[in-house]
Amino acid sequence: MNSTERRRLLTNKIILGLSTISALLGLVFLFWILITLFLKGVSALDFSLFTKDLVDGGLRNLIFGQFVMALMATIIGVPLGMLAGIYLREYGNGKYANIIRDLSDIMMSAPSIVIGAFVFAVFVAPSGGINGWAGSIALAIMLIPIVVSTTDNMLSLVPKELREAGIALGGSKHKVILQIILKAAKVGLMTGILLAFARVIGETAPLLFTSGTNSFWSTNLGNAFPSLTVSIYDLANFPTDKARNLAWAASFLLTVIVLVINLIGRFIIRDKG
Amino acid sequence: MAKELIMDIKDFSFKYAGAPKPSLENINMPVYKNKITAMIGPSGCGKSTLLRSINRIHDLYPNNEYTGKINLLNIQSDEFENILDIKKENDFIRLRQRVGMIFQKPTPFPMSIYDNVAYGLRLDGVKDKKVLDEKVETALRGAAIWDECKDRLKESAMGMSGGQQQRLCIARAVALKPEVILFDEPTSALDPISTKAIEELISELKKDISIVIVTHNMQQASRLSDYTAFMYIGELIEYNKTDKIFLNPKEKLTEDYITGRFG
Repeated sequence: MNSTERRRLLTNKIILGLSTISALLGLVFLFWILITLFLKGVSALDFSLFTKDLVDGGLRNLIFGQFVMALMATIIGVPLGMLAGIYLREYGNGKYANIIRDLSDIMMSAPSIVIGAFVFAVFVAPSGGINGWAGSIALAIMLIPIVVSTTDNMLSLVPKELREAGIALGGSKHKVILQIILKAAKVGLMTGILLAFARVIGETAPLLFTSGTNSFWSTNLGNAFPSLTVSIYDLANFPTDKARNLAWAASFLLTVIVLVINLIGRFIIRDKG
Repeated sequence: MAKELIMDIKDFSFKYAGAPKPSLENINMPVYKNKITAMIGPSGCGKSTLLRSINRIHDLYPNNEYTGKINLLNIQSDEFENILDIKKENDFIRLRQRVGMIFQKPTPFPMSIYDNVAYGLRLDGVKDKKVLDEKVETALRGAAIWDECKDRLKESAMGMSGGQQQRLCIARAVALKPEVILFDEPTSALDPISTKAIEELISELKKDISIVIVTHNMQQASRLSDYTAFMYIGELIEYNKTDKIFLNPKEKLTEDYITGRFG
């Protein structure tokens, strides 16, 4: 082996070593978070958390509230986001579509607290108080650009021959899109919606001054609405061990919820995508 | 026996949106009724562009330019109409019902075999279940695939083999009883056995339908077609009966191409 070869082998080993260490470092933090949450959370976990509301030391109303607001956000945001994505991929061409696509991408990285502040300014302040609708709208604003981008990308994977085949059989453009193209992209679209749901269900900042939270059971989105994430923030600031333990349990549950939804999404992609 | 025209292409030129020069120039070519017309030529010669002009599928994409005429016989009125004059969506839909198209790769829709064949019929407004059942069966028989799929009409078309999918696509087109079917290299993605089945099917179809087929495969053109058009860089170099083109070409370029000297 000559010196050039030896040097190449050495460089190779050094680079490999550095990237392995970096990758491990990333993973260490992930597992550290998961283990901490598990250890602290599991000890506080108790079946009664699911049967009692926050006012009685449980989490039932918070979990329900968080789900309801994320679900409302999905119901509001998915049609808007999908229609916009369909416009971008199927109808829009040239300058305008590209501007909208860029704006939507920028929206995706907008700081979530800013979205919360925006909804507070235009919706909460005039309506006279925090409420569940405002929280749902703030989450919907976060969700729309994600759905736009997913729809745009998933439709771009449908071969153009399928559109042409539909047109060649006497279909009009909108019928071909609705009856064939969306069907062909169905699995990807469903997964995208699921992942967008998982993304917004874990948000705190957009809810902080829109829905606030509520210690009592509530199904009225017109009032302050129970939120798991906002309550974690409140509980963690509370000076008793009981409150902190509850915050750990809530954090653990939230992580499990988000993780499970993400895993379901990924399994769908792998099986059918 | 006088040959009957179904279509007459006159001084036809085509330019893609934003292209510096036309992809097709001054094409003049007849298409005869109940015959198979093959278009051959090296990649980029414009044969697919010409084929895709005949059902105006180019119009899915904006700002392409056509000049000249493509006159298509209207069977009802027995008069020729220039399809390049079409502007309204309803007339486009009628044109595409009269002129079907089969693509290089099979394009089954993500739905059941039955719904695939019924798709064009439903678009055309056929709702009666009995009528649909009957037309679907006739179309599948017409595409020689009925026996293979009669017991699994409700299953997804995506589970069929490539050759079956292509025949399903042909059935889907045949269901609309078109006057012309355009084939854009219909067997280039298929194995030899499926290719043979599709070729037999195309020969069978010409009893009722006039056929235009683009192919890279010269044996296929010579086996299958009655007339052959040889194209080169946007021009129609030679058009004649297939045996004349292959046995006794008039142009040097045609001879060079069919003998494999380039292409």
